[in-house]
Amino acid sequence: MKKINRRSFLAVCGAAAVAGVLTACGSSSSSTAASSAVSSTASSTASSAAAGDLSSLSGKIATGGSTSMNSVIEALTEGFAEVAPNVTISYDPTGSGAGITGAVEQTLDIGLASRGLHDDETGVTATTVALDGIAIVVNNESAVSDLTVDQLAQIFTKEITNWSEVGGEDGEIVVIGREAGSGTRDGFESIVGVEDACQYDQELTATGAVISAVASNPLAIGYASLSAVGDTVKTLTVGGVECSEATVLDGTYEVQRPFNFITNDSVEQSDAIKAFIEFATSEDAAELIRLAGAVPLVDAQG
Amino acid sequence: MKQQDSASGAVVRKKFNKPHNAAEWLELVMNVIFFLCGILAIGCVALITVYMVISGLPAIGQIGVVEFLFGQKWASTAAEPSFGILPFILSSVYGTLGAILIGIPIGLLTAVFLSKAATPKLRTAATSAIELLSGIPSVIFGLLGMQLLVPAVAAAFGRASGACLLTAILVLSIMILPSIVSVSVTALNAVPREYEEGSLALGATEAETWFKVSVPAAKSGIAAGIVLGIGRAVGEAMAVMMVAGNSPNMPGLFKSVTFLTTAIAKEMSYASGLQRQALFSIGLILFLFIMAINLVLNFFLKGGRNGEK
Repeated sequence: MKKINRRSFLAVCGAAAVAGVLTACGSSSSSTAASSAVSSTASSTASSAAAGDLSSLSGKIATGGSTSMNSVIEALTEGFAEVAPNVTISYDPTGSGAGITGAVEQTLDIGLASRGLHDDETGVTATTVALDGIAIVVNNESAVSDLTVDQLAQIFTKEITNWSEVGGEDGEIVVIGREAGSGTRDGFESIVGVEDACQYDQELTATGAVISAVASNPLAIGYASLSAVGDTVKTLTVGGVECSEATVLDGTYEVQRPFNFITNDSVEQSDAIKAFIEFATSEDAAELIRLAGAVPLVDAQG
Repeated sequence: MKQQDSASGAVVRKKFNKPHNAAEWLELVMNVIFFLCGILAIGCVALITVYMVISGLPAIGQIGVVEFLFGQKWASTAAEPSFGILPFILSSVYGTLGAILIGIPIGLLTAVFLSKAATPKLRTAATSAIELLSGIPSVIFGLLGMQLLVPAVAAAFGRASGACLLTAILVLSIMILPSIVSVSVTALNAVPREYEEGSLALGATEAETWFKVSVPAAKSGIAAGIVLGIGRAVGEAMAVMMVAGNSPNMPGLFKSVTFLTTAIAKEMSYASGLQRQALFSIGLILFLFIMAINLVLNFFLKGGRNGEK
C-alpha cells in the first residue's frame, strides 16, 4: 500500500516536471517566432510609410522611463493607435534615468526623460514633445498662497523653517520631496537652484504619494507635476505667477521642465518609430498632450 | 545535505544495482529529478551569494571600505556624490532593536498566556488571529501605518511630521509579533509537564511556575523566535518605506530615516552608474546581516535540541 502510494506520487511529480519544461520551451520558442515575424513585417512595410499612409505601418515600439510622462505617453499611444492601428507601443515606467540608459543601451526604442540630458549621457538625442510645470503644493488649510523662487530655495534647504517667516501661521514647515534620481526632484532642484542641498523631512517614491502626504499634513509643502495635481491640495503661485498651461508655455512660470523623447543616434529607426515621433510633435498630438495635463510645444513654435 | 545523500544513493544504485523492472527505473529517474530540484535550490543560494559579492564589491572598492561603511553622508546624485551608509546601518540596527524591545515583552507574555493560561476556545481564536497577522502583506502594515500611525505620532509628540524612526519601530514591533509568539508557544508547549507539576507540588503558584520553570526551560526556542523576529525586522522594506520618511539622516527617534532595505528600494528604479553599484553594495551588507542572523538562529536551534536531550 505504502509503496504504491509513493510510486504513484513519483509518477505525478515526474509528469508535472516534464510538462513544466515542455511548456517553458514551447512558449519561449513561439514568442521568438512572433517577434521575428513582427520585425520582418515592420521592415517590409517601410516603403509605404514614407508615402504618408500610416495605417499600413506595423511593428513594436518599446518606450520606457519617466514616470511623470505616464499620462502623456498613454494619450499619445491611444492617439497613434487610431492612425496606425498595427503598431504596438509599450511603456515601462522606470524613471528618467532608466529611460535614458535604455536608449543608450538600445533596450528601448524611445527613452522617456522628464529632464534634459546630462553631459555624460552621450550618443543619444533628446526631442522635446511637451513642457511640464512643476506645481508647488501645500495643504488646503495653509494660509500661504504665494512664494518666490528664493523663498522656495530657502524652505527646501531649511534656511526658513517656520511658515510664519513666509506669511503663514506659526508652525514648523514639513518639506516633502521625491527620492534621489527622480526626474521631478532633479527638475525642481535644478530649476530652483538647490541641487544636492535640499533637506527633506520625507522622501517619497511617487508623485501621488507626495500629494497624499501633503494633503494629510497641514504643515507640509511639496512639489508635483502640474498634470497630477487635483483638488486635494492647494497649488501656490510662484513669484505671483499661477502654475498653468499658459504661464508654462510663455515661460513666465519659472518651475517647469521638458518632456523628452530620447533616441539613440547610432540606431537606424524603423518607420514606425519615425512616424510616432513625428506624430508626437505634430499639431494632431497637441490636444492629446494638453488633455494629459502637460503643455504641448506646437502652438508656441507656430 | 539530504539531497546530496539521496543523490549519492542514486548514483550507487546506478553503478551496482542495475534496475530490473519499470518500477525500479521510475525510482531511479525520480531520484535524479529530486536531486536536480535539490541542486536548483542550492544553486539559487550560491548564485545569489556570488552575484551579490560580484556586483557589490566594485563600488565598495571604488568608494573605500571605511568611507562606505562609516561615512555619515549619503548624497548619491549630488554633483560630488558621497556614499556613506552609516546612517542606514544605524537606522536599521536602532529600528530593529526598538522593535525587539517592544515586541519581546508583548510577544513573550502573549506566548505564555496562549500556552499556559488561555482556555482552549480562546487559545484557538487567538492562535488563528496571530497566524492571520503573520499572513498580512507588509504593504498593508505600511498603509495603515501611513494613514493612522504617522498622524497619531505627530499629534502625540507635538511634531510637525510623524514619519520618523519611532513610527517605523511601532510598525515593525507589530510585524514581528507573530514570529516571536508562534515559535515561543511551540517551545513552551514542548516543556515537559513533569517540570511544571514538580514546581506546583513544591508550592509555587501557577504564575511562578510559568515564569521560573516553563520559560527558562523553553528559552532556546524563545530565543529562536526572537531571532526570527529580528530577521524579519531587518529585512522589511515596504512597510518601513511608507512610514519612516526616507531621508538619509543619522538616526534619531523623531528624525526621518532610511533603513538599509529602503535605501535600495527607493533609489534603485532611477539609479545609474556608481549610484546603482553602491545600491548593490548596500544589498551585500544587508545580505551579510541576514546571514549573521541565520547563523545565530542555527546556534539557538541546535542549543535547543541539545537541551532536550
